[in-house]
Amino acid sequence: MIQEDTISAVTTAPGNAAVGVIRISGPEALKTAERMFFAASGKKLQSYPSHTMVYGFIRDEKGADIDEVFAVYMKGPRSYTAEDVVEIQCHGGVQSLRHILRLAYFYGARPAEPGEFTKRAFLNGRIDLVQAEAVMDIINSKSSAALKVALQQQEGFLSGKLKEIRKELRDVIVHLEAVIDYPEEDIEDVTYKEVADAIGRAKEETETLLQGTHTGKILKEGLRTVIVGRPNVGKSSLLNTLLKEDRALVSEFEGTTRDVIEEQLVIGGVPVLLADTAGIHDTEDFVEKLGVERSRAFLDKAELIMVVMDGTSPLTADDETILTAVRGKNTVFVVNKTDLAESMITNTLAQQAPRENIIEISAKTREGIDLLENWLKEFVYGSGRQAEEEIYIQNERQISLLQQAHESLCDAADAAANRLPYDCLTIDVDRTLTLMGEITGETVRDEIINEIFSRFCVGK
Amino acid sequence: MSVIVDRYDVVVIGAGHAGVEASLAAARLGYKTLLATLSLDNIALMPCNPSVGGSAKGQLVGEIDALGGQMGISADEACIQMRMLNTGKGYAVHSLRAQADKPFYHVIMKRVVENQANLDVKQVMIDKLLVRNDEVVGVEAETGEIFETDSVILCTGTYLRSKIVFGSVNYESGPNGLRTANKLSESLLEAGVELRRFKTGTPARVDRRSLDFSRMQIQEGDAQLHNFSYISTITRRDQVPCWLTYTTPVTHQIIKDNLVRSGMFNGLVEGVGPRYCPSIESKIIRFRDKERHQLFIEPEGLNTNEMYVQGMSSALPADVQVQFMQTIPGLEHVKMMRPGYAIDYDCLDPLQLKSSLEHKRIRGLFSAGQSNGTSGYEEAAGQGLVAGINAVQRLRHKEPLVLGRNEAYIGVLIDDLVTKGTNEPYRMMTSRAEYRLLLRQDNGDLRLTEKGREIGLVTDDRWRQFTGKRSEIERVMHFLETTAVSPTEETNAKLVSAGSVPLKKGENLATLLKRSEMSYDKLQAFFGAPEISDVVGNRWKYNVNMKDIS
Repeated sequence: MIQEDTISAVTTAPGNAAVGVIRISGPEALKTAERMFFAASGKKLQSYPSHTMVYGFIRDEKGADIDEVFAVYMKGPRSYTAEDVVEIQCHGGVQSLRHILRLAYFYGARPAEPGEFTKRAFLNGRIDLVQAEAVMDIINSKSSAALKVALQQQEGFLSGKLKEIRKELRDVIVHLEAVIDYPEEDIEDVTYKEVADAIGRAKEETETLLQGTHTGKILKEGLRTVIVGRPNVGKSSLLNTLLKEDRALVSEFEGTTRDVIEEQLVIGGVPVLLADTAGIHDTEDFVEKLGVERSRAFLDKAELIMVVMDGTSPLTADDETILTAVRGKNTVFVVNKTDLAESMITNTLAQQAPRENIIEISAKTREGIDLLENWLKEFVYGSGRQAEEEIYIQNERQISLLQQAHESLCDAADAAANRLPYDCLTIDVDRTLTLMGEITGETVRDEIINEIFSRFCVGK
Repeated sequence: MSVIVDRYDVVVIGAGHAGVEASLAAARLGYKTLLATLSLDNIALMPCNPSVGGSAKGQLVGEIDALGGQMGISADEACIQMRMLNTGKGYAVHSLRAQADKPFYHVIMKRVVENQANLDVKQVMIDKLLVRNDEVVGVEAETGEIFETDSVILCTGTYLRSKIVFGSVNYESGPNGLRTANKLSESLLEAGVELRRFKTGTPARVDRRSLDFSRMQIQEGDAQLHNFSYISTITRRDQVPCWLTYTTPVTHQIIKDNLVRSGMFNGLVEGVGPRYCPSIESKIIRFRDKERHQLFIEPEGLNTNEMYVQGMSSALPADVQVQFMQTIPGLEHVKMMRPGYAIDYDCLDPLQLKSSLEHKRIRGLFSAGQSNGTSGYEEAAGQGLVAGINAVQRLRHKEPLVLGRNEAYIGVLIDDLVTKGTNEPYRMMTSRAEYRLLLRQDNGDLRLTEKGREIGLVTDDRWRQFTGKRSEIERVMHFLETTAVSPTEETNAKLVSAGSVPLKKGENLATLLKRSEMSYDKLQAFFGAPEISDVVGNRWKYNVNMKDIS
């Protein structure tokens, strides 16, 4: 346990609410609380067992009642920060919270910095780095799916998985190191097959995790989608239908491109950042501009292009321009107005794009909207994958480390396949372990040395 | 009655492997040095195994040699068997290990220190460290003699308040019945130095005539000649073998039945022992499922019948040690000459030291070796050398010698000690070095000779040999990098005959050598690569590629 000072902050969201919570954490937490909290029973807070909710009052330094509250003392390490913690539940609203917090500072606590409670939980070893980051992600998550990913991580899903992979690699490296450092001991030699197998398994599992990173990122940040189509094909009505469907418009703001309105919405549980060219006043102008590099670049940035077309008329020159512009990009073709007539263009389109990427809908009757939702889900999660069962990594730092770990695993696999000597072989495996250790905040070398002594009987 | 009798620039307390290197370094650099030892008959004593080197330790000896230390040269001279370990595991982890003639090693080192200019060697018990205003001013012996000094290097090994334990035998003593230094511990505590208690142990020594070697496996030295020292003049060596045998289930049963009588478990041993060097009783408890433990029988020297029973360190009573050894193939009629024992001793927490090995608060106080919580002769010698150099650097008002983790195992060792500390006697392992590929047995001289020269410990002769070798390596490297071969029919035919693939375009020889099937011999045969001297040997080739080129 790292000895720290005592900190305090309001832990509930700002604004009017029925209840607000103030947390005091650190070695002086109980002492600080005792000076301001007076139990209705007349007893001291410390005379109650840990984790007991005690009814009473907060009184200021002059003895005036501030609020009627519950106080809970949580003796470390069984608390959020693993330090001694007192939480005071008071009435919501700024005045009461502010008053109580002022008292906590008055009696010796220091204002907590943003994220400091979580930082202490990490430093005290109660949660690992992935879990600490997940706490921030829960606070900032944009969709229910993203929240779920963050919750999973906080529960240690990713950490658990990484631990499994690391253990496999560590076992191999420990064996290699034991054989290197104790050449005269009676230790079974390592086989290249044993090494290659372990690296192969770790590589496979890392790849599975990486496949989930794209999804995780989308779930966290939203799928960057551009909606295009010539005028009057029904872009606006499609958008309205989607918005109505989910009633999930989170916010509306001007995008980075001045011409474009970006909207955040959730379609079939997938958060989507929709750059809506319908927001451009002169839409015809946009189609013309597709020939211009800047507009191309705009399309390039999109993770998905949603091309809306009118199924009741043949492809026009504008449609053709759009088709050329989106060639080779992730595209879904939405053929609208199936309520008016059977699509005239689906077959023609199917010659240029996979049939499964062409969805016939009616924005007006909502016919086919479910198909579009399913298409999106599949696009994000991959076919046959269940969002609930997979681990999705959405934190940039974690993804980057995992990608590097994967690269070094590929090097390690090569090294084992080419039967490089042990001293070289350990380099890549070691690097992989270090990178994976960085994800969860664990160190490697001492761990390996400790493991050598626990697994192998060596000595004079 | 205390009397000031002399004044030294440097006083080294203890003449083990750390003390010898420390005192030689200071004296060779021209500083008046005192080497104080409890017994002149035990200078550079090897109280445990009769060997020098081993994984990572062989590299340490090479580094000591390159910097101008003594251990490599003396070990080469006292060597009665030498092997290169780990040859199948990559060049970086090749390590030399020598069996040393233990009494002879002592004799050699005694001769070296006694004949060193600027160095006085005295048999004297130092009781007190004299400190004024957080600066060392002298030491006081039990005789009342005071030696004034600017610097003290503690190389007290396992002698501080040491206690020997086996079975119910429990007495204050240094290793091998030598005196223990009780008062110095108290004086250090008074000066504000923090001490802790560690433990180590040693196995029994047995009579060669009582062993049946026909029931053991022989282990010979390498046919190829090796030397620790990069400037060794030794060209041939007679070698004697070691012997390998194994414990049996009966051995384990006897040990289990007598555990309560072991000093390890009857409460007599206080200190923390090393995990890598457990007693046989600890091994049997911790690795219950292991059916047998190997042991090596190693000669202690050419002029003694004592044999060292490697792997059987024990604090069991003497009768039990004999009883369990007699259940081991080849040892059925064993006669024990010295029992194994555990030893408890005081040492410093190395976190109190700077990377120069000087105490953080007490100026002029240095500490090296087992007194810093390490284990092993080579670890001790490496620190002793650095402490000796840095005591001098301080007097010269120059920056201390601090070796990087990427420069030397000595750097890793000291950095680990002073930044991470250690909870058990610290042993060097290649896995502790993150730059292991750079820290090889073969390139210790290339890494460190220049530093040793700057400090002043590398003699002109060593420097001339080193620079000659270095320029030869550079010349060969230059030849390989600048000599191109074109994809002629003749060239490609040669390559194919060597099991390689034909060239498509011109390549230089250095690139060609990177092919795993190519060797320097083939470059010589096919493309006229220059002859290389024995001194250079294979070593320069690792610079071309870390891949297995031999």
